[in-house]
Amino acid sequence: MSVRRLDPHAERARRNRLHPRHHEFARPAWRWTSADGVTRINPHALGAIGPNGIKRIDRSGAAVEASPAGGASTSAEPARRQIVIDQPVGHVVVVPELPEGRLNDHDRDLFGLARQLADGHDLAVTAVTFLSGVSGFEDAGADRVVDLSAMVTEGYDPEPRLAALVDVEAALSPRHWIFADSLPDGGDLGRRLAARLLPQSASQGANASVGDARPATRVWQLSEGKTLSRAGDRQDILRDVARVLLALPECAEPVSETRHEARVIELATMGGELSSAANEAPASGVIDRGRVAVDPQEIPLAQAPFILSAGRGISDWEGYHHAARVLGASEGASRVAVDDGYMPRSRQVGATGTFVTASCYVAVGISGAVQHLQGIAKCQRVIAINNDPSCDMVKRADLALIADGDAVLAAVCERLGQPRDQTGSDGSWTDEESRHAAA
Amino acid sequence: MPQPEPQAAAGTPHDVKTAVLVSSGRHPVSGRAGRAREDARAVEMGLSLVGADLSLVHAGDPEQASLRECLEGYLGMYHGLDDDRDGQLSLLPLRAGEDALPLLAAWLERSGVRLALTGQRAECGEGSGMVGYLLAERLGWAIATGVAAIERCDAESVTVLQALPQGQRRRLEIRLPCLIAVDAVAEAPRQSAFGPARRGRIETVDDLLPADESRLDTGSADWQWQPARARPKRLKVVKSTNARDRFKAAAAKSSASGGQVLTDLSPEEAAEKLIDYLRAEKILAQDDQ
Repeated sequence: MSVRRLDPHAERARRNRLHPRHHEFARPAWRWTSADGVTRINPHALGAIGPNGIKRIDRSGAAVEASPAGGASTSAEPARRQIVIDQPVGHVVVVPELPEGRLNDHDRDLFGLARQLADGHDLAVTAVTFLSGVSGFEDAGADRVVDLSAMVTEGYDPEPRLAALVDVEAALSPRHWIFADSLPDGGDLGRRLAARLLPQSASQGANASVGDARPATRVWQLSEGKTLSRAGDRQDILRDVARVLLALPECAEPVSETRHEARVIELATMGGELSSAANEAPASGVIDRGRVAVDPQEIPLAQAPFILSAGRGISDWEGYHHAARVLGASEGASRVAVDDGYMPRSRQVGATGTFVTASCYVAVGISGAVQHLQGIAKCQRVIAINNDPSCDMVKRADLALIADGDAVLAAVCERLGQPRDQTGSDGSWTDEESRHAAA
Repeated sequence: MPQPEPQAAAGTPHDVKTAVLVSSGRHPVSGRAGRAREDARAVEMGLSLVGADLSLVHAGDPEQASLRECLEGYLGMYHGLDDDRDGQLSLLPLRAGEDALPLLAAWLERSGVRLALTGQRAECGEGSGMVGYLLAERLGWAIATGVAAIERCDAESVTVLQALPQGQRRRLEIRLPCLIAVDAVAEAPRQSAFGPARRGRIETVDDLLPADESRLDTGSADWQWQPARARPKRLKVVKSTNARDRFKAAAAKSSASGGQVLTDLSPEEAAEKLIDYLRAEKILAQDDQ
């Protein structure tokens, strides 16, 4: 064991910044362990001289990230644990909504609820889809996937879907069915299935728990083996977990730490007699006659799927109204445009106007006041057209076009084959609506 | 919201017997008993379809003090019609703990109703929205939910507009007999007037089913009812092993998402980029131009 020796001359030169040999002994590090084993920090050595000649201390760790040795970029998302359930003793079936062919937040919440029911009981969470080619079931938390897209058609056809679900019931006899309680999609199908299953379970005898058979609607919490469902008249119902659950959004936390295999299974191999619903289609009482063209200006602004919004950057208001008709968009406005009298107050978007939920929001000549950005917080895609590249709307936007709003809208109309001076005022909304395919 | 133009002339007189299943409602703020909002819209839809031929039915406890008040809210809507007949409502007496379903099914079968309207969910009680589905399953009827308007009705089928999210509409053709659950975006109900409400007749129908104990609703015996709690706001939890990432996520402005910024564009180029983006996101149809 060596004795640690200090050089008193070197120590003196290190302490005295005016010593001619100070730079030889000065410690480069701002933190070191002293001879006594105590961590020492030299605040004067900390930080760097910034471009203005002022010392800056960066505690954010940005310098760490910038260095290639940091490896911080890989640790942003912790790796998920892989879960494999080979031989489940039962199934918890989730029927996700899949709007636009993707899992949405409500669907992930449903899978989170299913995992709460399945984990610890060796049950498999099984996703039943009426669409093929949906991705993301692994991370959402599905152990098995049943693809019923061959048995149903596009559009609204509740009877074949119900028949397909009854087949799933016969093949898997799941412990629980979980639907999204949203009308007219998941809530409709779930209630139909519950109404179909209720007489069956009643006839199976009273030894099964009877209260179990009634579906639980508007379920918003699962705790300690009981569900809370919202009833009418400001009441909650606390009851045992029902066979069929129709759950509200945010009913459970989505799966975030585990990854599941999402193995595709065929119903025919799972045993159980199929009612061969595909062969003998039941007489459907409901026939889908397709979507109806809706005037985008008549849709309430809070629900409109596609909004073209104008602000101070617009000077050609006739051209803007024409562009909204050509694009098939609902019209919105910033507060300035409304205060100046160009747009009615009912069209104002923002904290003092309407909070909008559009899936696509085009802001023309709007710089993005805080109140306006709050109003569009729920919009999925934002496009900004603005002259000023530094404004807040450009920072918020998914696509920002730095150009003059009036000119861009005129060019859009021209490119879509309907320049303003040709169509005049006869452009009715129905033929624009036919080209407007927003879901 | 006004509905789109109907396909054909609607509401010509026809002999489809129509009834509305009404429930007792509760004012959302004051808690006062009255007509239920969606059921009132269903009554409005029925009145504009068949006028004063519309019959109303309610299954409830006749002893309840506020029942007359609730039902008069619906009977008072029989005004402004072509004929000035008074409203008529069949009250199916229901003791506490009994299931309304057999009574309603028996009444619908006996009265020869082919088109039954109702709201989507009751405002009092369980409010599960299951009654329509259970009735349709028991009677073998078709059912459509979320209906915003009735466009056409003939002896065989009824054509309706179904409300979809984001203000969209879908046209459905439903075979009769059917049950239609009316959405909250249907046409606003007319006001309930005092005179028609006083003149309207409430007729108690108590010979529908033989009295026995099997109608007791045993399914909900062990439920616990409690005042509704506010749902907790979901917290944004950032799962990260790194304190710096957690801090950044907590302190980050949500608006700074970092999209694509295109500068130095002529208006034509900008328009082309905009149209391409809208087509890629399927906002604009691909096939135009």
